[in-house]
Amino acid sequence: MTIERPKADVVICGLGWSGSVMAEELTRAGLNVVAIERGAWRDTSTDFPPAVDPDELRWHTRRELLQPMSVETTTFRNRMDQTAAPVRNWSAYQFGWNVGGAGTHWAGMSWRFTPWDFEIATQTRERYGAAKGDGMLLQDWGVTYKDMEPYYDRFERIAGTSGIAGNINGEIKPGGNPFEGPRSRDYPTPPLKDTFWMREFREASDRMGYNPFTIPAGNISQAFVNPLGVTMGPCTYCGFCDFHGCGNFSKSSPQACILPALMRRPNFTLLTETEVLHAVKHDDGKTAKGVKFITKEGVEGFQPADIVVITAYQMDNVRLMLLSGIGEQYDPVTGKGTIGRNYTYQTCGTVNGFFPDKYTNPFIGGGALAVQIDDFNGDNFDHSGLDFIGGAGIMGYSTNGRPIQNMNNLRPGSKRWGSAWKEAYARDYNQGAGIFIQGTSMPVRDAYLDLDPDYRDRHGQPLLRLTFDWNQNDKNMLKYTVDRSVEIMREAGGQDIVVDNQAEHSWNPYMQHSSHTIGGAVMGADPTTSAVNPFLQSWDVHNVFVVGASAFPMNGGYNPTVTVGALAVRAAQAIHQTYVNNPGPLVKG
Amino acid sequence: MANWKKIGGGVAIVAVIAAAGAGLWAWNSLNTAASDVADGTTRLADFKSTDVEAIKRGEYVMRLGDCSACHTRESGSFAGGYDMKTPFGTLVSSNITPDPETGIGNMTERDFFNSVRQGIGQHGFLYPAMPYTAYRKLTDQDMHDLWAYMSTIEPVKNDIDENAGMPFPFNIRLAMAGWNTLFFDNSGFEQDAVKDAVLNRGKYIVDGPGHCAACHTPRNPLGAEIGSSYLQGGNIGKWFAPDLTANPHVGLGTSTAQDIANYLRTGSDGTAVAAGPMAEAVEHSTQYFTEADALAVDTYLKSLPASSTPAAVAMPSDTPAMQKAALAYEVNCSACHGLEGEGIEGMVPAFKSNHGLLAGDATNLIHAMLRGARAPHTHDRQTAAGMPAFDWKMNDRQVADILNYVRNSWGNAAPAVEADEVGRLRAYLGAGNKMETP
Repeated sequence: MTIERPKADVVICGLGWSGSVMAEELTRAGLNVVAIERGAWRDTSTDFPPAVDPDELRWHTRRELLQPMSVETTTFRNRMDQTAAPVRNWSAYQFGWNVGGAGTHWAGMSWRFTPWDFEIATQTRERYGAAKGDGMLLQDWGVTYKDMEPYYDRFERIAGTSGIAGNINGEIKPGGNPFEGPRSRDYPTPPLKDTFWMREFREASDRMGYNPFTIPAGNISQAFVNPLGVTMGPCTYCGFCDFHGCGNFSKSSPQACILPALMRRPNFTLLTETEVLHAVKHDDGKTAKGVKFITKEGVEGFQPADIVVITAYQMDNVRLMLLSGIGEQYDPVTGKGTIGRNYTYQTCGTVNGFFPDKYTNPFIGGGALAVQIDDFNGDNFDHSGLDFIGGAGIMGYSTNGRPIQNMNNLRPGSKRWGSAWKEAYARDYNQGAGIFIQGTSMPVRDAYLDLDPDYRDRHGQPLLRLTFDWNQNDKNMLKYTVDRSVEIMREAGGQDIVVDNQAEHSWNPYMQHSSHTIGGAVMGADPTTSAVNPFLQSWDVHNVFVVGASAFPMNGGYNPTVTVGALAVRAAQAIHQTYVNNPGPLVKG
Repeated sequence: MANWKKIGGGVAIVAVIAAAGAGLWAWNSLNTAASDVADGTTRLADFKSTDVEAIKRGEYVMRLGDCSACHTRESGSFAGGYDMKTPFGTLVSSNITPDPETGIGNMTERDFFNSVRQGIGQHGFLYPAMPYTAYRKLTDQDMHDLWAYMSTIEPVKNDIDENAGMPFPFNIRLAMAGWNTLFFDNSGFEQDAVKDAVLNRGKYIVDGPGHCAACHTPRNPLGAEIGSSYLQGGNIGKWFAPDLTANPHVGLGTSTAQDIANYLRTGSDGTAVAAGPMAEAVEHSTQYFTEADALAVDTYLKSLPASSTPAAVAMPSDTPAMQKAALAYEVNCSACHGLEGEGIEGMVPAFKSNHGLLAGDATNLIHAMLRGARAPHTHDRQTAAGMPAFDWKMNDRQVADILNYVRNSWGNAAPAVEADEVGRLRAYLGAGNKMETP
């Protein structure tokens, strides 16, 4: 038995942030939209009610908001001469598994990328000469920060982002990030308050001549009504954000910001617990005619549509393109093909310290509760005498004091079991504090994605294979920024310092500080090096749009969500303002 | 939305009256002369109005009358199928689409007038669940417009046996004739020449299409509204419809006209947030009110004499139970309702100065605690935030204590909620019990 559904104007594959933003824009413009989501419905008051104490064991340790490994995993290897093996435990990858996607369980750090990120190839060449980018596949995004500003603004308004502006229309504002791209106006809601550690980090970095600021947060500081008429509530600093759903409507998420309005629109249909297998092209291969899906019960079906929007997790965006035969697989040997190219990650480290006779009170937390300096991020500092490009945001953070997660965060030399461990944990829990170094990641020739030749999912479709290890540029960058971070920790008075530089060992997906997995279906102005054009439209099949972090040609020293949201707004507006009136390529290749 | 228990009880008694066959079927309550202004020849199924203005006005009358709250469910717009459970059986709302077989396609305009305004339907007398007692006040013009609008509805085939779930004797429609004899006022709306047009408009909406008194006026044991307590608040079983007079303690005495207009048009005045059946009324009906009509409702309500409910004496805050409840409030409630009971404007009700929650009857708060609640979804306020249920987490005493805390803090004062009230409602609502913990 198969299901043939009535034709829609647009079918959306995956209802996370990207899918929700697209669906909201497109339904508001009057288009008939069907969204297909393989996870279940999740709602604030019924799935994450504040009546229930946040359950760290369930949500963080057991990761129940993440897609089970039995549904789909990836395979991974560091080098092309290795055989990839399946990933068997989620750490670095955090596929969403519900309506709201990863946007339900993210922490909430709500950054814009810098102007430099979008024009990385041009600006690096102009400032340091062409040789500085040797060994890397540096390429501009095909949009500039200035192009993106209105879409960043729109997404921040939907999300209610809290923060303090550092640059409004070119004017540097005290207390904000002086390195940020010019904003057209301030954040929708004011910055969150400082914890003990944020204040210490702020004062220490200020004494060192740096420019500390409260980071932009999707854990919003006060009640806010967004442009869709949806109200968000103030953050309570409970610290159960990442891996958890938010019970008091405070975390920017599809649930808190978009779904209440979207779900009531008569021209919106949502199929949950239904998985898109692949898009189906017309016989001439020039356009797609819809998507094939399978229900939870195993019944296959077809959803015809004029426009196919792929808004799954970054890795599944790439996989769905490959499974649908949209575009050509990238070949690292010949350099030909674009799907799977420019896979990047995030280059991270941590520096933890301990403060005797102080109370750091880590239970006062928020997913995006932090003070950061951007003095060593992006191209905010001169790289002339340095052996790398890029940099990292360096933040003193108070994301959580969750008791299970922090039990290994002890002074060096502490026992890790028994009564001595318990004593150490009782001593260190309320004295520890950390700096997080979140670094850029540059694309290189042999970091890429393709379909695994051996391993398949439950429906018999090949898994995605990842080939990745740290490249020399990123290792050099992280060493430099970790060193700066240790200096700040010392200045702040932290003792018994513990440093974790992740790039000192070969990459693996199990012990990672970042879930920011990027690229593989990247945007750009050149169809020979990008999968989608600057409106995220496939160069090869013009009625397919692929929206998400899969489109970033490199990764900045920031969390990707707000840039994903802004790109989604821009793509959706291009569809309903231009594409539907005149279907065809929006950009000449 | 009506008080089923009391209506049911009334029906039981009236059934006896009717069965006695007394010739009291008073000609007055059955006199359908008012419908003579309507056409008695053309069936709805054969009629399609082309009067765009009349259709538009008719849609607004439909909104004022809140028709879709009961008649629109999963089966389609106006196709009926809403199960209204009463202690005496289940009534199902009828299909009022123009389908001739299962809807009202065979009705003429005159039949339609008889149904809506007098409860005389195509299968016999209607049950007073259909508020024809209020709709009797609808003007001829509004009825003509509503008829025009109904002709534009898409016919839906959905066969409904409205009273199949009502056991004997409540399934005898004829019994309603007796009820009508006693309680149905078969007179139309009278403009009060002494009062201004705005006030008259407000009264028309409240008493006519809005049928506010159906819930907000308490009923006597025969299920009829008690005139002397008009709009002073009524218990409707699972919910309590608050006092709408200008009483400053439990009514609208401290609400501005704009507060009331905002509440009707958005579901919240910034302090209170509608829930339960009022949330349905806001979603289906009052959010569509024009600003002028919403303000007219206020003008009329404020013209009524305030009820005499006195200010309560606040319960002492220094008792052990109260102090324990303060901590329980902080742990369980404050994330959304705020440390000072301030709520979130338009989304989560405030407790401070929320007079609708301070009445002697605490049914709404107990209900929300035990079963949760959901705010209305309106054009201006899209969130429709949900309140989670606490039945599994708190026993009757704990629920009562926490409600006593919110009703007697931040300047509030209200009579004590007793644990056995919570227990009774827990059983009536079918809520669960507190989870056993080892």
